[in-house]
Amino acid sequence: MADNLFILIAALVIASAFWVVFSPNLIHSAVSLLFTLFSTAGLYIFLYADFIAATQVVIYVGGILVLIIFGVMLTSKIETPSIAASSKNQFIGGMGAFAIFVIQAGIIFNTQWNIGDVQSRDATVANIGKLILNEYLLPFEIVSILLLAALMGSALLSRRT
Amino acid sequence: MDSLQSYLVIAAILFSIGIYGVITRKNAIAILMGIELILNSANINFIAFNRFGGMENLDGHVFSIFVIVLAAAEAAVALAIVINLFKNIGSVDVDDADLLKG
Repeated sequence: MADNLFILIAALVIASAFWVVFSPNLIHSAVSLLFTLFSTAGLYIFLYADFIAATQVVIYVGGILVLIIFGVMLTSKIETPSIAASSKNQFIGGMGAFAIFVIQAGIIFNTQWNIGDVQSRDATVANIGKLILNEYLLPFEIVSILLLAALMGSALLSRRT
Repeated sequence: MDSLQSYLVIAAILFSIGIYGVITRKNAIAILMGIELILNSANINFIAFNRFGGMENLDGHVFSIFVIVLAAAEAAVALAIVINLFKNIGSVDVDDADLLKG
């Protein structure tokens, strides 16, 4: 049962990711990206990462995807989608991506991974909070400043002058 | 089925698809979608290694939170740039963005 569900979610991730890069219509790409992000959250749940799955849904689906759809709506002409989303260099791109995949698969299957005891986990939120506020306090503050600066900068950039 | 290798293969496929999108797409926002796919595959790797590495701690989860935050910042800045590009040259085709060529 769990195996079937895992295969279903993995197939959904890969198929919708394919449609993200192959669809001629940008809106279809964006909606397909929604499915990819949601089913990636499903993979995180399989990996006992409950907080990351919730963060994925809230930030990616609720934030980044809405930004991307806004960008598509604001810039491209929806009536002529094939021109707006046309692509080139398919052969070179396909060869390059396939070569990268082959290299990665070779590394994955030829390495002796140090696999420890696979165990179930409790809820991870409390431990993640302790880690962020103790061990990773400085990176957390730096990334907060970075996010603030990036958001202020993008507001400044896209402001009507 | 629920092994480290299966997650790594899924992440590798997602990464290759994202690379393909970044290389072949001409629309700047479609390239941004490819970059999001690549960041997602890195996140899957972080979480999978954290789960199967036999570790009690959650450092991989913290790193993937950082990746998600950086993806949000990157998407905001990239869309501001794309909208400016559209204002200046009237298109978001990256082949048309050659204003610095002189």
